[in-house]
Parts: sequence; structure tokens; C-alpha cells
Amino acid sequence: METQPLEIQKKQYAKIVKEIRPKPPLLRNLAGAFVVGGLIAVIGQIFLNLYQGLGLSLQEAGAAESATLVFLAALLTGLGVYDEIAKVGGAGSIVPITGFANSMVSPAMEYRGEGLVLGVGARLFTVAGPVLVFGIVTGWAIGIFYYFFR
Amino acid sequence: MTAQKKVGQQTVWFQNPPVIIAAATIAGQKEGQGPFAKSFDKVIDNDYYGEQTWEKAERRMLLEVMQNAVRKAGLTPGNIDYMLSGDLLNQIISANFTARDLGIPFLGLYGACSTMLESSAIGSMLIDGGFAEYVLVGTSSHYGTAERQFRFPTEQGVQRPLHAQWTVTGASAMVLARSGSGPRITSATIGKVIDLGQGDPLDMSSAMAPAAADTIARHLWDTGRQPGDYDLFLTGDLGIYGSKLVVSLLGQKGFNIDDRYQDCGAMIYFPEQDTHAGGSGCACVGVVTCGHFLKEMAAGGLKRMFVVGTGALLSPCSTQQGETIPGISHGVLIES
Amino acid sequence: MIFFKAFLVGGLICVVAQLLMDLTSYKITPAHILVGFVTAGALLSAFGFYQPLVNWAGAGATVPLSGFGHLIAQGAVQGVQEKGLLGVFSGGITTTATGITAAIVFGYFASIFFRAKG
Repeated sequence: METQPLEIQKKQYAKIVKEIRPKPPLLRNLAGAFVVGGLIAVIGQIFLNLYQGLGLSLQEAGAAESATLVFLAALLTGLGVYDEIAKVGGAGSIVPITGFANSMVSPAMEYRGEGLVLGVGARLFTVAGPVLVFGIVTGWAIGIFYYFFR
Repeated sequence: MTAQKKVGQQTVWFQNPPVIIAAATIAGQKEGQGPFAKSFDKVIDNDYYGEQTWEKAERRMLLEVMQNAVRKAGLTPGNIDYMLSGDLLNQIISANFTARDLGIPFLGLYGACSTMLESSAIGSMLIDGGFAEYVLVGTSSHYGTAERQFRFPTEQGVQRPLHAQWTVTGASAMVLARSGSGPRITSATIGKVIDLGQGDPLDMSSAMAPAAADTIARHLWDTGRQPGDYDLFLTGDLGIYGSKLVVSLLGQKGFNIDDRYQDCGAMIYFPEQDTHAGGSGCACVGVVTCGHFLKEMAAGGLKRMFVVGTGALLSPCSTQQGETIPGISHGVLIES
Repeated sequence: MIFFKAFLVGGLICVVAQLLMDLTSYKITPAHILVGFVTAGALLSAFGFYQPLVNWAGAGATVPLSGFGHLIAQGAVQGVQEKGLLGVFSGGITTTATGITAAIVFGYFASIFFRAKG
């Protein structure tokens, strides 16, 4: 192995690594993601029904429901519980809007020591920034397209 | 004139092997619940350690462990000729600020998680070269500071893969001396930076294992020895899967070390502590070697061990720019 | 019944994300997943595929971030209908304003009141 060209060494090594490295427990992860993601959606649905029952329109109730979920996720992140849920939930706790809130609070909280402006203020957008950028740019492009071709 | 103390390509023999006259350790909460809990001088009960930030907590651990080692050696900082230290944080601030507080002439090093061995090797050279009477070496790492610097904030809901390792919170220090009683550092092998194309920042052991295997094999070739000549080969933080890789790679080079090989990272936590592949970080090899293995050596159970520190030389910037992870590994031979 | 549908769809969307994470390279981080789902949701919505899912599964389709993307796309279209070209710029944010403000405000206070446990 020593005398072989680096590219071949790399390929051979990648093979050994692949053999030895444990595979992700796919079925368990998928089950975790399904259950946790599903449950978060159900909690959202409960609030949605609740707010509609209080007389809000569907759209308003949806907004209020999002805000509630975000609040809960921020709280659980602060209490150090959300990352424990994510251990089981994986993508099930990343993809819901609660994961979005978690991705905002977690860096902001840890960089608190760097001050309110550059620590908290800037770090809130470590992940949220890109999400908003790509979401808004896509939305804008859809709007432009719709404006000219509707 | 040739280098008289050098043998082979990368190995040095010390003519007057420096003595490890004192060693000190401090470990975090999780490490304090692990198998080596009793071998640490001190276990902190909160990873903030009474400070406002994790960086400050790490620095405080390093300062205390350095002071403790000097005290155990029966010296004061004024007696120490050089302090060699480094850590994982940007611009090695833990080491820099500790050196500021101690007031010892200081050389800052960065070998990632191999820093404990890098500093020991250079410190031994300084002493054997006649440049120093006493050298203080040491390093620190912290789960909170390292995770957020290299990977994700700790509270972010990220599922850690099974091959991920847990950065050890702790610090360790040794005082090396020209004479005295204690185990001696008789030889050191300085590693090359090796990169076999692994790039996953959550799997640094795959990136470091080739460097470890190279340094161990190089040491054996340079010295003309066989694995059987040593009681123990100890790697720093390859973890459960990285250990298998290094054994496999050394097998390809014609050395079988399986029966006398251990890895600090694979041992520092109990499996039920849920760290997945074990520990990593500068402090991993430091606290386990200075805590458990030096004590075992003093008790007479070990005569000759080759300790190999392994470092992954990545930065968040290099990872984001799509670079693979170069590995480094340095070894020192400690004999009782 | 709506709860069951929400559970099913919400869970399945997350299963897709989990597959993307486990079966692709380490270069796909949670940030990439979130960005991908917002963008995908907006595009699906633009082609009219997402609203039927929302009608069927309720929160199951709106709680995942693809629902956030859907909301942005919907807003952009509504904006154009109401305000023309200017609506292209204001619509996407209008519909998502509550969520974004909630995330920023609650995120800010959570970061200040709590300390990371590690």
C-alpha cells in the first residue's frame, strides 16, 4: 500500500472505512422521524382546531398555531430538552417549524457570551438566515413568474 | 555533522531521557462518570466550572492543572524554563491566556488532538538538547467549545451518527525534568501530515487513523523494533471504529499490534454513556495517559508504552470549502 | 380523522428528510435540509401540488418547513393579485410574518433567559 499512488491508496482506504464504519440504523431512524414528526404535526393540528374553535379564520389560526409551536420549541431548546428529542426524532424534529425555531435559539444561546448584538443577534440567523433567503428568493421568483404569465 | 540523536527518518533517541516528574489531570462531569473517574486528580461537577462561558471554563481547567502539576513537582512557575501548550480553540486562546496568567516563557503549539504528544516530544528535545531544566507541557479541550466551533451548537437538534465521538472536557499537564524520579521519555517519533481523502467532520477518526498507523509503523521501522518489544501501544482519540482502522492499516504494513493496543477515546466512557464511538479532543489522550496509565506504570504493571496522539487538522472553513481532513500523529515512548 | 391524516403526512415528510440525511453524504447538514424543504415547498405550491395536501392533512402539511415555503409562495401569488408588481416583493413575507416574528422574538428571549446546558 505504501508505494502505491495516493489516489489508489485513498480508494483502498475508503473501502476499509466503509466496511468498518457502522451503518446508520436506518429503520430505527425512519421510525423515529415518522413518529416524532407526526406527533409534532398532531400537536400543531390540536392548536389549529383550538384556535379555529376560538373564532379565528383558518389562516389566522394557522399563524397562531405556528407561533405557538415556535414558542414551545424555543422554550424546550432553552430547557435543554429539544436536543434530547432530536436524538430519537432526527429529521422528525428538524423539519417541522419547531426545528426551525430550535436552529435559531441553539446557536444564539451558546454565543450569548459574545454579546447581544454579535452573539445573540447575529447567531439567531445562522440557519434561519439561509432558510429565509432561499424561501424569500423562491417566493419572489414565483411572484415574478405569476405576474408576467398569469 | 549529522544529527546524532536521530535514528531513521522520523525518530529521535534521547541520550539523557527526560523524566516526567509530575502529572496532573482535571476532568469534566461526564468523564467523571466514566471508567477512569478515580484516576483523575479532580472532577468538575459542572461544565461551566463557575465561569460565564465554556471558553473561560476550559481556560480555568488548563490553568489549574498546570499550577497543580508545577506544585506536585515541588516547583514554582519561576523554576520552569518553557511552557509548551495548545488547544482546539481558534488561535489557541486557552493556552495563550493560561500562559499569560502563569508568566512562564511560552511556545504555543497546534497539533489539534495530538498536542499533548507534540508538546511532550518538543519538551523532551529541549531538555535533552540542554536548553532547559524543567519544561511544562499540557493541553485542554471542552465539549461545549469544541462542538460549536467544529460542528453544531450542543443544543441544536442534530442526530449524531454512530461513528461520532464526544469531545472530552478536561485538561492535563506534565512537568518534564532533566533529572529526578519517574517514568522517562526515551524516544519520540514526529509524524507527517497524512490525508487519505476522508472529509466528514463528524468522523475524524477515519481521517486520523492513517496518520496514527504511519507514525507507529515508522517508529518500528526507524528503531528496528517489533510490536512485541512494547507492552502497550496507546492511541489518543481514534475511538471504537478508528481503533479498528489503525489495527487494519498496520496489518497491511506487516505489524500485528492487536494484542497490545488500546485507544484512550474508546476507553474513556462507558458504552451506556451514549457517546457512540467514544471520546476525542486534546484532553482525551492527556487525562487518560496522565491519569490512568502513568499511575499503572508507577504501580509496575507497564514498562514500555508508545503513546500516539492523533490530530485532525481541519477547520470549519476548510470543511465548508470542501477540503478533506489531513491527519497528524506524534508518538513518544515512555518507559518506567 | 384529521389528526390521523396530520400524523401520517407530517411523519412521512420527515421520513423523506431522514432518508436524505442518512443516505447522502455528510455534506447535507440540517441547514441544507431546512433550506431544501422550504424551497421545495414553495415550488410545489407554485405548481399547485401543495394546497391539496394542506386541504387533506391540515397541520400535517403546514407544520413541516415545506408548509412555510408553501405559505411564502401563496403570499407571493396573493400579493400579485392584490398589488401587482409591488406584491411580488411584499406578498411572501406578509403571509409568514407571524411565524417569522414569533421565531425571532421567542428565539431572542429564549437565548437571553436560558443558558446552554451542553
